[in-house]
Amino acid sequence: MSDTALHHPNPTGFAHQFEDLEQQHEAGRLGMWIFLATEILFFGGMFTSYTIYRALHLPSFIIGSHLLEVKFGATNTVVLICSSLTMALAIRAAQTGKNKSSIIFWLILTMFLGALFLGLKLRFEWYHDYVEHIVPGFGFQYRPEWGSAAPGVQMFMCFYFFMTGLHALHMVVGLGVLAVLVGMSARGRFTSQYYVPLEISGLYWHFVDIVWIFLFPLLYLIGGRYMTGGH
Amino acid sequence: MSGHGEHEHTPHVVPISTYVGVFVALLVGTALTTAVAYVDLGRWNTVVALVIAVTKMLLVILFFMHVKYNPGLTRIVIVGAFFWLGIMICFSMADELTRGWEYTPLPWNPGLILPYVSHLLF
Repeated sequence: MSDTALHHPNPTGFAHQFEDLEQQHEAGRLGMWIFLATEILFFGGMFTSYTIYRALHLPSFIIGSHLLEVKFGATNTVVLICSSLTMALAIRAAQTGKNKSSIIFWLILTMFLGALFLGLKLRFEWYHDYVEHIVPGFGFQYRPEWGSAAPGVQMFMCFYFFMTGLHALHMVVGLGVLAVLVGMSARGRFTSQYYVPLEISGLYWHFVDIVWIFLFPLLYLIGGRYMTGGH
Repeated sequence: MSGHGEHEHTPHVVPISTYVGVFVALLVGTALTTAVAYVDLGRWNTVVALVIAVTKMLLVILFFMHVKYNPGLTRIVIVGAFFWLGIMICFSMADELTRGWEYTPLPWNPGLILPYVSHLLF
């Protein structure tokens, strides 16, 4: 008994300050949601300023939006939705007491999809934008067809890079969190009784997905795609 | 504190069919929002895009994030967060969109304003 206690002092992950595992679980979840509330307002600040400048410079924002490729934005949306499903299935594997290789499989798949999102973004969007000289601060060039709307187009691209950049930063943090979870799973830390770290990391991952669900239409699909830019 | 906590922690396991259903609905929403962008609805394009985005968000929150199965306390935090977000967006827009309604204020001129303030105070 004491031997087991030495090696596994806390086999279920139960922390003594809580009444029971249920209360511990709820406390962890509630704390994560309070953190996510601050994240909602953090991203909300960007969405608010985006809304104001969009109202002020709508023609420029439409031109800017048409500089982005819908196919990459849509593909990345699908990739993130897939990663949310695999994350949910990783938690479900722990809940239903599956062995750790099953949890690790879904976590690694989630990490792969997250990395795929970042890879597509870097290779086919940001790098392409750099070559096209539409990255503010890195050789941004006005185009003659933009006319007087050109400063607003640069403003839109600023919003685009700060919003998608901040989102990508959250993805990188999420990948780090998932890597830690893979390590914890490999050490057999999760059971059907104790999986709080998986669940609250899942909340974070899904939150980042939700941010992208709004970024995709707001950045890629402004003013409808039926219009031709440049007027 | 917990609504169903007399016994051991028994997680509410969401059936795989629910997850897959939500997943398919999210994919359909993505296809729909992309397709609608190519149809001229005037100013309603933005409204439709946002309605679809909010619907997708609710699906993710309720099912993937398990809020449908969570106690009320979690929901209060979430509703509170979006309430604050609404305050931030609505008040900012109320300021920004109504600036044209007022006469343009005069530039700062202590010679004009100080006598007025002292008249109010004394």
